[in-house]
Amino acid sequence: MAGLTRTAPPAATAARGQVTRRPRRRWSPTPWLFLLAPLTLLIVFTYAPIANMVAYSFTDWDGVSPGLHFTGAGNYAEIFTRADLFRVFFVSGYYLAASAVQITAALYFATVLSFDVRFRAFFKGVLFFPYLINGVAIGFVFLYFFQDGGTLDSVLRLLGHHGDHAWLGTSTSANVSLAGVSVWRYTGLNFVLFLGAIQSVPGELYEAAELDGANRWQQFRHIIAPSIRPVIGLTVILAVSGSLSVFEIPYIMTGGATGTETFVIQTVKLAFQFNKTGLASAAAVVLLLIVLAVTWVQRRLIPDDPDRKAEPV
Amino acid sequence: MKSRHVLAGSIAVLALLASACTGTGGSTEGADAEAPGDPATVEGTITVLTHRTDLVQDGTMKKYAAEFNRTYPEVKVEFDGLTDYEGEVKIRMNTEDYGDVLMIPSVVQKKDYPRFFASLGSAAELSGKYRFTGYSTVDGKVYGQSPIGVVPGMVYNKRVWKQAGVTDWPTTPAEFLAGLKAVKARTDAVPYYTNFKDMWPLTQWTNVNGSVGCDPRATTELAEGDPWAEGADLRVGDTLLYDIVRSGLAEKDPTTTNWEASKPGLAKGEIATMWLGSWAVVQMRQAAEQAGTDPDDIGFMPFPARRDGTFCAVTSPDYQQAVNVHSAHKDAARAWIDWFTDRSGYAAANLALDPRKDAPLPALLRPYEEAGVKLLDLDDTKGAEVKALDNASEVGIYKPDYRQDLVDLARGAADGELADFFDGLSGKWDAARKAAGS
Repeated sequence: MAGLTRTAPPAATAARGQVTRRPRRRWSPTPWLFLLAPLTLLIVFTYAPIANMVAYSFTDWDGVSPGLHFTGAGNYAEIFTRADLFRVFFVSGYYLAASAVQITAALYFATVLSFDVRFRAFFKGVLFFPYLINGVAIGFVFLYFFQDGGTLDSVLRLLGHHGDHAWLGTSTSANVSLAGVSVWRYTGLNFVLFLGAIQSVPGELYEAAELDGANRWQQFRHIIAPSIRPVIGLTVILAVSGSLSVFEIPYIMTGGATGTETFVIQTVKLAFQFNKTGLASAAAVVLLLIVLAVTWVQRRLIPDDPDRKAEPV
Repeated sequence: MKSRHVLAGSIAVLALLASACTGTGGSTEGADAEAPGDPATVEGTITVLTHRTDLVQDGTMKKYAAEFNRTYPEVKVEFDGLTDYEGEVKIRMNTEDYGDVLMIPSVVQKKDYPRFFASLGSAAELSGKYRFTGYSTVDGKVYGQSPIGVVPGMVYNKRVWKQAGVTDWPTTPAEFLAGLKAVKARTDAVPYYTNFKDMWPLTQWTNVNGSVGCDPRATTELAEGDPWAEGADLRVGDTLLYDIVRSGLAEKDPTTTNWEASKPGLAKGEIATMWLGSWAVVQMRQAAEQAGTDPDDIGFMPFPARRDGTFCAVTSPDYQQAVNVHSAHKDAARAWIDWFTDRSGYAAANLALDPRKDAPLPALLRPYEEAGVKLLDLDDTKGAEVKALDNASEVGIYKPDYRQDLVDLARGAADGELADFFDGLSGKWDAARKAAGS
């Protein structure tokens, strides 16, 4: 905080610490030159569009017309007074449930594969591979997978199950199927995060635990879980915000039909089908705020660092 | 700490600059693209933006350009085929660089035409010669010219329908349903294919508007009346779609349909019927040739409804070609549009309706002529209003969503009654109109 007022630091104290590198001057253009390229990209492609979006959210722009009018908070008022715009969040519930499955599965595989298992590297590759595939390609692949008489039906038939189920046919079935695709896609990412964290746990702990007669579950419960708590917290935040803003997979596979419309698909439709760019921008800002709020609440309820709870108030 | 403030400040400044850049004004508004007098004096390079990427790739457009150069030797025509035409042109139109000739994207509002396009002449002068001028007329001036006209209708496989014992065109929705049932009972074909997954084929159902009631003012009716009132054109069409799906006459799993696969499907007789338009017949016949079946099996019939004993079929324009108001070679661009409409043979090649009023009907529509089907040119004065209402109400009569909901309702994937569904649409439509009127 003192740095705010101290524009030219007293030579005696500051110079002593940095005498070998930069005598007397604290500011040098070199790091900024290095930062120039990434910052320009960041500003041009991230912050400027976001600022633009926020600006549009206060207008009635239709996305192409040269004329646009300032409407104040009108778009926000519309969003918060139209219940039908929020109904789509029920769909996020499916993805939230899927996230729980996904995190559990990832945690299980990460734990199992952190011990000595045969074909370890192979299984790691198999689990992580789906994450490397482009989301659009996944959408198309699974469209064939769920087709009438497609891959899933064929496999089930081999197993002796002659069901005649239209997987994307009803709202529940379609949402469960899509959420399943999402699990398939993202388990690998969570798995890698967990595995990295687990492998940073010192090996002596396991040895000591084994000497004390702890079984695998006890090792997980008392060594692994507490050690990777921050990573689990991060994953949960990513999962929640991801569930609220699902887009690619349902958009490509069903286009939001049959009750699979998510908030982002709805926003895209508002902007590009009904040409309500202003309203859609406001919806995007609202989604951003919701995600930020959820993250904040979550970090309040479950802090990353368990020691913090022990701090004197 | 200090430098972080500087950074935040500069981001804010940049953001303000960026937001200030949106909303450009057109000073060239109101320019005319007059037809050149002497073809030899017209020169320059013009770029034509087109959605027909297939014709650009297979060289057909180049052939048209070569033909064009016989009359206009000094004009060089270049083509820019865009796969996502609407999406890309919409963004390019925020600048001045959107080709010299382009198809008017449906997103552009009619009142903005003078800001984006050069006028092709007065409506009084052009409407005598061409169909569809009303679709792009703003304040008595015409801004676009469609090179072809399309007629909506049922594309069907004649062989399959014949096998089912139906040879005459059904004249009522009930008769049509009976026909589909016969197809289901007596053949292996899927009686009707919705193309649910690909979405846009469902939007074709909006084109029933006008064909049912045989009213040239059908578009005005949409703007002023309730499109889903009892007996209204859209309600009749949507009810037929509902009944088709409800009676199990559509494909088994609509959620995984495939447009490209549906074409050979119809050609081979695996699919009996689809509600599309005259433009689809060429594609189906090509598919038939590729599949080794008889292209003449592909038939085309009007919507099953008659008024005073005659079928009606609405004509509507395809994308309309316009001249960029910022173009440096407006005369050359205009020359291209006129040549392409009048002399290219594009309409004939597509078996489509020629936009010239005195041109004969294409061979495809000869059965229509024989059966005395009345071709109806709709009055589009209220077209812009309907589009605005459609967007404001978020019903989307030109979008697939509500018909997907309708199909879901019909096949039991969603709960509810058809009457309530229509009431909901009417309510939204009415609310939007009231909001626009206030």
